Amino acid sequence: MLEQWLNSDAVFLTVALLASTLRMATPLGLAALGAVYSERAGVINLGLEGLMLGGAFFGILGSYLTGNAWLGVLLAALAGGIMALLFALVTLRYKANHVVAGVALNLLGLGFTTVLLVAVWGNRGKSPDVAGIYPIYIPYLSDLPIVGELIFRQSPFFYLLIILMILSWLFFYRTKWGLRLRAIGENPAAVDSLGIPVFTYKYLAVIAGGMLAALGGAYLSLGELSMFARNMVSGRGYIALAANILGNWNPIGVVLASFLFGLANAIEMNLQLYGWPTQFVQMIPYVVTMFVLGGFVRKVQAPKALGQHFDRSNTNM
Amino acid sequence: MEALEALRMNKIVKSFGSLKALDQVDLTVAKGEIHCLLGENGAGKTTLMKILYGIHQQDEGEIYLNAKKVKISSPKEAITQGISMVFQHFMLIPNLSVMENIILGQEETKMGILADKESRNKVANLSEKLGLKVRLDMLVEDIPVGEKQRVEIIKALYRGAEIIILDEPTAVLTPQEVSELFKVLKTLKEDGKTIIIITHKLKETLAVADKVTVLRNGKNQGSITTDKATPEILAQMMVGRNVMLEVVKGKVEKGPVIFETKGLNLKDKLKNINLKIHAGEIVGIAGVEGNGQTELLETLIGLCSPTSGSIIFDQKDITKDSVEERLDQGLGFIPEDRNDRGLVNNFKLWQNAILGYQKRYEKKGLLDFAAITKASETIVKNYQVKVLGIDSKSSSLSGGNAQKLLVGRVFYHNPRVLIIAHPTRGVDVGAIEYLHKEILSMRSQGKAILLVSADLDEIRQLSDRIAVIYEGAITIEGDGGDFTEDELGLYMAGGLRPESKVVKA
Ligand SMILES: Nc1ncnc2c1ncn2[C@@H]1O[C@H](COP(=O)(O)OP(=O)(O)OP(=O)(O)O)[C@@H](O)[C@H]1O
Ligand SMILES: [Mg+2]
Repeated sequence: MLEQWLNSDAVFLTVALLASTLRMATPLGLAALGAVYSERAGVINLGLEGLMLGGAFFGILGSYLTGNAWLGVLLAALAGGIMALLFALVTLRYKANHVVAGVALNLLGLGFTTVLLVAVWGNRGKSPDVAGIYPIYIPYLSDLPIVGELIFRQSPFFYLLIILMILSWLFFYRTKWGLRLRAIGENPAAVDSLGIPVFTYKYLAVIAGGMLAALGGAYLSLGELSMFARNMVSGRGYIALAANILGNWNPIGVVLASFLFGLANAIEMNLQLYGWPTQFVQMIPYVVTMFVLGGFVRKVQAPKALGQHFDRSNTNM
Repeated sequence: MEALEALRMNKIVKSFGSLKALDQVDLTVAKGEIHCLLGENGAGKTTLMKILYGIHQQDEGEIYLNAKKVKISSPKEAITQGISMVFQHFMLIPNLSVMENIILGQEETKMGILADKESRNKVANLSEKLGLKVRLDMLVEDIPVGEKQRVEIIKALYRGAEIIILDEPTAVLTPQEVSELFKVLKTLKEDGKTIIIITHKLKETLAVADKVTVLRNGKNQGSITTDKATPEILAQMMVGRNVMLEVVKGKVEKGPVIFETKGLNLKDKLKNINLKIHAGEIVGIAGVEGNGQTELLETLIGLCSPTSGSIIFDQKDITKDSVEERLDQGLGFIPEDRNDRGLVNNFKLWQNAILGYQKRYEKKGLLDFAAITKASETIVKNYQVKVLGIDSKSSSLSGGNAQKLLVGRVFYHNPRVLIIAHPTRGVDVGAIEYLHKEILSMRSQGKAILLVSADLDEIRQLSDRIAVIYEGAITIEGDGGDFTEDELGLYMAGGLRPESKVVKA
């Protein structure tokens, strides 16, 4: 009986759909976690798209240069950190508008990855194939029915996401640094008046956020295609930002929200296979995003000082 | 024996652009003393204390702690030196718990993880020792102002402060809470802590302080011990002239009722509110903060609509009218929180001076700057707003000056009904005298005035009739002279029942 049910088409298709949901959700989740860090520190991170693209490119470049895909991941994180540092300087030190600086970061990401693509490989569309990062079958667990296939035959990036989600939750809600970061996003003047170096925290949080977003990008290139293609992130950065809002700036919430958007993506893919008109089907994740944000956004609460510049001697207190 | 000197600030100079906020100010505070800083709005009290706390840097002058010269360039250094400051505006994080707010920056941890028990014990010890009751697990946004103030004080002590600065801590407290606070301050003093307190209330100063230093226009006017001081002497030092501390209220013939509420209900926040205000009459609403005053004010001005009941202005039902329509018809509103509702802090002064009335300054769809300039300058002049010019940002106004601007804006635009909340909160004696005079002159001009205030003296001195609000209902209403201060206090605390007093219609 059970055997029969497990082998039925319905179960097979559902498991396949859910497994692809998790694959789709992995880059969104990593980038959305990144957004949590930066936005909890009060910095709007509209630059996720650019950071992911940077991560995707440098992941491939690292793997191409060293032949080791994991060194590629390392380079991706490093590149994301540096791009985020640049973003932090512009927004925190030179007090640029966060949204404008974020859009600029996205344009920059698209521009310089394309330029480097030509410079390194002489091709303006895509890189050659390099060593990628492939799914790991966890011994024994992967043999379990359903869950085995669903959860324990995933990319290392997926496992990384789950680990980082738990660590981030512990960080935000169980350590003093997390407490301070949450406080900074709400009322930096109050935190400053307690002698906490507000800007140090902001810089570090933005950089950590950039590294996480870049990991999301590296999954797209190293983890899925083993190559880089121009503009391959194609809007996922914005969806990750939406996941961050829907998840209420909470590490667990944003990963769950990423699963929801991942599901929308997976459904889109399946419907395309079944011959639905592509333009229509491609809208699905975005329509879901809009509905979800429109319907739920009232119940979530952004950090109060999000997007504001802080200046000690110019605060009313 | 001369007491040890805890703090000496020597010839402090501080300018903001071309405005000299502090000019060669000296301040000496002995160890274990409660020292009061007095001065008009904009005199530089907050600025001087922010320099001591490392938020601003002085342009000239030195600071000595325990006779040792120190340089304090950030709050962190101030805390390390044993200085804590409770600010004029709360510096709390609303959606964190009381506990988290207190420990922030000095968290107890075990292997990097927050050690809840240890912090909790430490905080509980402190609050018990001083009788400062706070609920550690409540979110700060859910606790009343009095408790917020207690959280701020525990926060300061948790950091092991030896010198505690309190910037207008009593402005938002009820009389009972003020006397509790003063008890705490005296306990701290016995513990050897040094306290610097800023307030505008002269009676409070005399009740709690050992010594007073007065600033006027950024200059030191000298110090005096409280045993030698009287309210009149202090007022004279602050303002440089004699100040009438009591209001002289003439008689005004009451006109017809022009503003009325009939059976106003708002969920469980307001219960059957019936108020009648005649032309030329001031009706005072007395009550402990958080008993429905905010909701009442917001309902009257149109920020929220009542569940049932109606608001009548000049025989016309305005319950459904928008805020704008109400302002157009001549309703003037001074909200309780000037930063939140009254002024847009990063607007220029002239923008704030016409805010809500901007339609009246339109010419062919564009703003008429000549008229705006004239109006703003008149307001600044008539209401004595101390500011560089009408292009200054409102965030640079000192607390009291922001309040004067707000009052000026409303009075200037010729309202017929005035709804006034806490008009003199954080305002100096000279300006209080002035604002009270203005409110009374509005009354002589036949305006109907509703006055909400937590300051019993103010309510008693100004109101023709007084209504007490308790848990969203008017528990008693009567002529101004009907109540003694103690009775009012009891009604406000919900202690006396209305039946126990005969109410005149
Ligand atoms: N950050 C700032 N930028 C420009 N001007 C400022 C700034 N802070 C204060 N001022 C100005 O300095 C003067 C002194 O202000 P301060 O806040 O010290 O007054 P105060 O004595 O505390 O008054 P209040 O009793 O009204 O709070 C005021 O004229 C004020 O407008
Ligand atoms: Mg002040």
